[in-house]
Amino acid sequence: MNSEFIKLFELIISASLINNFVFTRFLGLCIFFGVSKKMETAVGMSITFTAVMMISAAMSWVIFNFIMIPLDITFLKIIVFIGVVAGLVQASDTIMRKVAPGLYYKLGIYLALISTNCIILAVPLVNAGEKYSLLQSIAFAFGSGIGFALAMIIMASIREKLELADVPAPFRGLPMAFVVTGLIALAFTGFSGLITL
Amino acid sequence: MSQSTTINIKDQILNGIVKENTIFKLALSLCPSIAVTNNLKNGVLMGIAVLFVQVMVNITISLLRNVIQPKVRLPIFMLVISGWVTVTDMTMAATVPDVYKQMGLYIQLIVAFASILARAEMFASKNKFIPSMADGIGMGIGFLFALTVISFFRELLGKGSLWGMPIVHTKPVLMFILPAGGFFAVGILMAFFNWIDARYMKKSSHAAH
Repeated sequence: MNSEFIKLFELIISASLINNFVFTRFLGLCIFFGVSKKMETAVGMSITFTAVMMISAAMSWVIFNFIMIPLDITFLKIIVFIGVVAGLVQASDTIMRKVAPGLYYKLGIYLALISTNCIILAVPLVNAGEKYSLLQSIAFAFGSGIGFALAMIIMASIREKLELADVPAPFRGLPMAFVVTGLIALAFTGFSGLITL
Repeated sequence: MSQSTTINIKDQILNGIVKENTIFKLALSLCPSIAVTNNLKNGVLMGIAVLFVQVMVNITISLLRNVIQPKVRLPIFMLVISGWVTVTDMTMAATVPDVYKQMGLYIQLIVAFASILARAEMFASKNKFIPSMADGIGMGIGFLFALTVISFFRELLGKGSLWGMPIVHTKPVLMFILPAGGFFAVGILMAFFNWIDARYMKKSSHAAH
């Protein structure tokens, strides 16, 4: 029991710091560069993101293990997982609008963006590939969400300062954001070897 | 008549390569542009995979454009895209297993490419078979071009080799094959294309005056 708990903790640390999706696996970059201009949106996006990711990881796990493996249709996993994510996003959009209009007003716009995000789709695919258990899948999704939030918040705080900096004209905007991300990624390589799974 | 169509097709292809280059101009589908480009071979194969999916999706959508109900068009587009991605995924797993082991996840994630969905929605669902195919080819080649350029520089600088063959014998700049180097390479190339653009624009506006 205890060692199981430690395994989960290691999984969270490794997904959020060592194998950070943004800096070492390069996923979710479109949203990462698109939404990280302001701190407020970055935080809102990260919260929505983590929640959707954990629920979709759990749902995909159930569907993969109880429906797709018995029927031997695992080669359809891309189609099925993208259906799960799109359906979940649509459903949470509708439910949030009815149940929590205040929250919807704040976070609703991010929901639509999420459905085409590669991290959300990558997490179930990795879970299926690594044959994680249900708890491990959720822990992996949680860790990835934390890692994404960390990346977004670091980036947003740097970009708010960057607005005032005097950057050479061709580098203005995205190219500079890329170089900054490269520097953060360089710092994140320092985490490698922290835990060996 | 036939001449104007050929010009259109040429424009359509050039548009995807130069004016609306997915990576350098639109900054879409960035994930694989860094993830798989630490050597030339992976970069080129990824580019070819995307080119194939883009063309096949555009063809399929444009053939089905009169059948698809507008209200459910997005789920159907996703279905078509993920179908073709599955085909690509399984083909690559069978034909180039060693490369597939390194970048299988990224092949599967072609499904979430904003650029493919965007072309299906904005172009293929409104246009005939041939222009849609040309659009797909242009967009795909533009993407292939970007990946080739990025991976060319990264492998040359980071490993001193090209397509696995050693070229330069000095000590390579290891940083460029690390994750961080990918971000630097894309950022610098993007700035380079911006710079060319700015110069070219200045010249053409001078010519106009």
